[in-house]
Amino acid sequence: MKRFIGFIEKEFYHIFRDKRSLFILFGMPIVQIMLFGFAITNEINNVDIAILNNSKDTKTEEIINKIASSKYFSVEDFIQNENEIEAIFKKGKVKAVLNFETDFSKKLITENNATVQIITDATDPNTANTISNYVSAILQNYSKTNNKNIKLAYQIVPKTRMVYNQELKSVFMFVPGVMTIILMLVSAMMTSISITREKELGTMEILLVSPLKPFQVIIGKVVPYIFLSIINAIVIIVLSMFVFKMPVEGSLFLLGAESILFIITSLSLGILISTVSATQQTAMMISLMALMLPVILLSGFIFPITSMPVPLQILSNIIPAKWFIIIIKGIMLKGIGLTFIWKETLILVAMTLFFIVVSIKKYKIRLE
Amino acid sequence: MSISLKNISKSYNKVSALQNITFNVEKGELFGLIGPDGAGKTTLFRILTTLLIANKGTASVAGFDVFKDYKQIRNNVGYMPGKFSLYQDLTVEENLNFFATIFGTTIEENYDLIKDIYVQIEPFKNRRAGKLSGGMKQKLALCCALIHKPKVLFLDEPTTGVDPVSRKEFWEMLKRLQKKGITILVSTPYMDEAALCDRIALIQDGEILEIDTPKEIVKHYPKAIYNVSANNMYKLIKCLKNYEFMYSVYPFGEFVHYTDKRDLFKPNDLIEFLKQNELQNIEISETQPTIEDTFMELAK
Repeated sequence: MKRFIGFIEKEFYHIFRDKRSLFILFGMPIVQIMLFGFAITNEINNVDIAILNNSKDTKTEEIINKIASSKYFSVEDFIQNENEIEAIFKKGKVKAVLNFETDFSKKLITENNATVQIITDATDPNTANTISNYVSAILQNYSKTNNKNIKLAYQIVPKTRMVYNQELKSVFMFVPGVMTIILMLVSAMMTSISITREKELGTMEILLVSPLKPFQVIIGKVVPYIFLSIINAIVIIVLSMFVFKMPVEGSLFLLGAESILFIITSLSLGILISTVSATQQTAMMISLMALMLPVILLSGFIFPITSMPVPLQILSNIIPAKWFIIIIKGIMLKGIGLTFIWKETLILVAMTLFFIVVSIKKYKIRLE
Repeated sequence: MSISLKNISKSYNKVSALQNITFNVEKGELFGLIGPDGAGKTTLFRILTTLLIANKGTASVAGFDVFKDYKQIRNNVGYMPGKFSLYQDLTVEENLNFFATIFGTTIEENYDLIKDIYVQIEPFKNRRAGKLSGGMKQKLALCCALIHKPKVLFLDEPTTGVDPVSRKEFWEMLKRLQKKGITILVSTPYMDEAALCDRIALIQDGEILEIDTPKEIVKHYPKAIYNVSANNMYKLIKCLKNYEFMYSVYPFGEFVHYTDKRDLFKPNDLIEFLKQNELQNIEISETQPTIEDTFMELAK
């Protein structure tokens, strides 16, 4: 046991003397959470649009005023004919053009039917989609208020309520994702690098020719990073609670316990990476390529899994991050307990055991 | 017997590194492995320290089999790899402390063993190991390899890249350690260090050429050897190599070591020949062969 403590002590010296990795360890979580929280957002605000008004009557003016006064759009330009649409999109500033047909008001009164064309710049498909939805909603709203007195045969009124995130804040979606990425990176990358560093510098040779057992070396490497990752998890949760007002509806204790489980999963993955790579650089490349990309792309952090092609949906099941994101979203936003997430928890436990068993099998007690 | 090897062979993907190595090292012996880079010294060390498994043959260290009893061996040997393998970001004292702890001992417990060496680096005990000079690093590495009082000490080229003064000090330390009953297997590419060992094995291309005491090994040299000097060293070597009865020519400090093909060699013949080639101040005298001469001869 004394040997083991001596080993851990040495690990802490390594970590605290390497200013760069220390910065990665503690700087990255804060920077990332701030970036995702403030800068990257799916919401739209003050999007520039242009208007092509072919009728110029009271109704169209009313609609334009309504759109311009909303916080989502600002009318940047009025154009005179359809040929200008292409040109104004090419300039890049305007993201949408509303094209009112001729005799808009007249048609509305006589035929009860008039058309507005919404043309959006779909180089950014998500934004284009959101813009057209918002405009449609405003138009619908307008026609409804004007039709109050007219009795229709029947009408279906959808009343939407967004539960668990009423204001549709994107930070609620990013915090679980960022937390997952950071825990994964810190745990897996840092441990795999620190183990391969011993190989690269030749110190592993001396450690092997010592009475230290393989599992003592591995656990000794991992323990410091468990501590550091827990600190990181706390920093992220505290930041998201107090800076972004993210709720933690469920039990903080459960959130902590699940985070520790995920940290251990990532660490065991890091050990596995270190057993197959000989240099720090390989370890880092594998960690980045094999962990970062799948976590961002396939975990459901940014792109919803349900809208992926079936093969990718199946593939996403082997990404530990996917299950952890489901778990923490459940705990933080829905406030659910273990009874609802025991399956995901069990999957993480199984993955961890698998990684550990494979690593121990692959860990070399000699040099080749 | 402290170390014993029998028919050890090792190859890396068909490239043979060691072939049928057999020798024994007695308890308390200072045994040297002498050979150029790539001779297979490091591979041999790694097999004996249980880091590699030999393809053929058996070996034991301190009575334990290197394959079956590798755990016991790891408890009982000290190993200093050829490459500096301590933690550069830890201080001298922290390194020593760390190795003491993982071997389940303390610096105080075995201080007498490392005292002579440690006092020399103690003034720098708070300096990071990476910032030490070459000689200091080796002294620290030796301390770390000794801190658990090993029965057998493996030193792979401990003096490579170390200045002559530190090298001399280092060997004096080895001599002192030997007196304390520790068996030492040391490798070196420097022939002058070989003379300080009890016995040496000359090794080249994975094969042992000769094993004996340094004194005996030079007696195996088959020919009379001459120191030749003249005013122009470069020209002298060139001329000697063109001499029809030349057997071998090697520069050796200020002299050239020369041997002749004939059993009856008259130095005056050679002087004549060199004079014809416009060399002056020619001197020839018979000398004792060195380990280097022996090695060169055997490696031919």
